[in-house]
Amino acid sequence: MIIGWGGPGRGVGASARVGAVADNGDVSLYRDEGIVLRTQKLGEADRIITVLTRAHGRIRVVGKGVRRTSSRFGARLEPFMHVDLQLATGRTLDVVTQVETLDPFGRTICADYGSYTAGTAVLETAERLTAEEREPALQHYLLLLGALRALAHGEHDAGLVLDAFVLRGLSIAGFAPSFAECARCAADGPHRLFSVQAGGMVCTACRPPGTVVPSPEAVALLSALLTGDWPVADASDARARRDASGITAAFLQWHLERGLRSLQFVERRGDEQAESVARGTRGGGGVREEPSATSEVERLYREIGDAEVEQA
Amino acid sequence: MYEGVVQGLIDELGRLPGVGPKSAQRIAFHILAADPDDVHRLATALTEVKEKIRFCTVCGNVAEAEQCQICRDPRRDPAIVCVVEESKDVVAIERTREFRGRYHVLGGAISPIEGIGPDELRVKELMTRIADGTITELIIATDPNLEGEATATYLARLVQPMGLRVTRLASGLPVGGDLEYADEVTLGRAFEGRRQLDV
Ligand SMILES: [Zn+2]
Ligand SMILES: [Zn+2]
Repeated sequence: MIIGWGGPGRGVGASARVGAVADNGDVSLYRDEGIVLRTQKLGEADRIITVLTRAHGRIRVVGKGVRRTSSRFGARLEPFMHVDLQLATGRTLDVVTQVETLDPFGRTICADYGSYTAGTAVLETAERLTAEEREPALQHYLLLLGALRALAHGEHDAGLVLDAFVLRGLSIAGFAPSFAECARCAADGPHRLFSVQAGGMVCTACRPPGTVVPSPEAVALLSALLTGDWPVADASDARARRDASGITAAFLQWHLERGLRSLQFVERRGDEQAESVARGTRGGGGVREEPSATSEVERLYREIGDAEVEQA
Repeated sequence: MYEGVVQGLIDELGRLPGVGPKSAQRIAFHILAADPDDVHRLATALTEVKEKIRFCTVCGNVAEAEQCQICRDPRRDPAIVCVVEESKDVVAIERTREFRGRYHVLGGAISPIEGIGPDELRVKELMTRIADGTITELIIATDPNLEGEATATYLARLVQPMGLRVTRLASGLPVGGDLEYADEVTLGRAFEGRRQLDV
């Protein structure tokens, strides 16, 4: 078995390179903590595992034999898992030699369908925003850790956690949206017009083609999500959330080369409420309001989406 | 690169799951050296499986007729249905000889990152089956991994209001192992699936 590298002990500590193994010549072991973003089957029983690590950025590594039910690694190397890894440098891909669980986020996240779908979009966003492999991405890593913790503990609505993650992730990647001052000329807000291309709210003088007019509540929510003002975000109503998630998705789509695959499957609280009202279990007393800017934002989002698809 | 036909065979073999370029080459040369009758039997098996096998119109399992053997068997209890991801899971459960109900094969698990949502699976067909009232218990036997669990969560929530008993296979500890070697996730699920000891 691959576990028997005879490497250093299993004690958990800070990530560090831990020197070469004498009888293996060029094989060196290193240690890092990370969050599993995605897994792909490899051969009969192995997997390629994409991990966003604290020190090494996004890496792809091999988990040997993890698909066998007898594997002790298998459950630890699933998406959402926060793990302490020991890796051996390989010719093409590094190989996982030890795994310890730090937080089994996946277990609680997949027990709630809304959290699972939002969480999957969070993972895919994290993968796409960290463009280069092995490029250290500590801020993205910490942001992801916070988002998964919030999802696993059910602290906030899963859709809001996703939108906050996307907006802040885009900011870290250098695409911070502007929800107060004009995104073009920096004139003081509040402004009524919103433009994805311009990067946020715009004044009437700057107004580029294709602007929409989101509700002031939606703009306030977007701003709260970006700055982490959770009391304001948690108090928002269903309509503001719909508008804000439409705008957030449009933003993300605009900055990525191709669309997120998992985004269309995200179950928003509105859908779930409708379902729970239908079966009369949960007290989803939220009044279904008429869409305001939503349809406009959705149309915009679709247009951008189509344009991106053609490019790809 | 080899000459046309040989390379063609290597390319086709290389597209099979778990077969890399090296193995494809090895299998191709094995076939070249093999007895013509053996090769003919293999070729016939390959074409026959595509011609004769279809999917059961009731449960989605592989079948040689309109319905699979299990759906046609009157001794199988139609009130208990076990939901699995693939036909090979049916085979695995059948081998235990524990289960006397029927199956429903979803055709995979919900995986948003691969573009697979409930609509891509045979969920609607399951709801149609449940609607006629014959089914009283649903055993959800999706894979004990993240996607299988999420699929189970989704199905449980979906069918709950229809008033049937919904159970999930206990995800137990591997028999023959030591408890201390079990991973946290398996151990956690084993706790959830614990059962009464009759003394
Ligand atoms: Zn301006
Ligand atoms: Zn059948």
